[in-house]
Amino acid sequence: MNLRRDVFQAIADPTRRAILLMVTSQAMTAGAIASNFDTARPTVSKHLQILTECELLRQEQNGREIFYHINATKMKEVADFIEPFRKIWDDRFNKLEDLMKNYKKK
Amino acid sequence: MEPKTKVNAQDGKQELIITREFDLPLELLFKTYEEPELFEQWMGTKVLKMENKKHGAYAFETSHEGNVVFKANGTIHEFVPNQKITRTFEMENTPFPVQLEFLEFEKITDNTSKLTMQIVFKSVEHRNQLLQMPFAQGINMAHNRLQDIINKLK
Repeated sequence: MNLRRDVFQAIADPTRRAILLMVTSQAMTAGAIASNFDTARPTVSKHLQILTECELLRQEQNGREIFYHINATKMKEVADFIEPFRKIWDDRFNKLEDLMKNYKKK
Repeated sequence: MEPKTKVNAQDGKQELIITREFDLPLELLFKTYEEPELFEQWMGTKVLKMENKKHGAYAFETSHEGNVVFKANGTIHEFVPNQKITRTFEMENTPFPVQLEFLEFEKITDNTSKLTMQIVFKSVEHRNQLLQMPFAQGINMAHNRLQDIINKLK
């Protein structure tokens, strides 16, 4: 398991965001989720594993089946976090740095 | 690798601090704040006014596809080349009250420098609102893309 995995990495992937959106309205089994994608079942399982490790999804046993639920508390934590704001400034400052590195060479 | 730009927003404080170390000499870093044509390039905006002196004013606007999408202005209270800029910052046509900004420029080595930006808000709530705003846009964009993907799946 990759310990450096974080929630922002998790939501950076379009397939994983699609999965999150699907389970927002109702809990689903891995099979039901996978049936919405063209990709191979193990690929979807891998995505589910990552989302579960990041606590964005919760597993719940119901008889013989495992249902995936969205973890609303964790999602709220993501929304409250300052990372997007930091990213905006980081992009600006990277641009500034590149700009002046070229300027220096002139 | 540790991120180059850091944002520190402590719970319950109506300020936030942005710090960044640059692989640039102090003079070159300061120049990007001093010269309108450089400022325009890295901020991706158009400078309408920039009076770099005590009691001077500045204004800029950002356009997207021919429409002005963002306008901001402020007053400069202190302007000390290669050391500091103290100014207000106001986003026009938004409910956000004016902010107070303290920018400090420091030399680390001959080829590296550091910028510390302290932004003071009217209240803790206003600060938190601002922090959430870029993500709100980001998540809408993500949702739109998601919607596209899901529409294709149907």
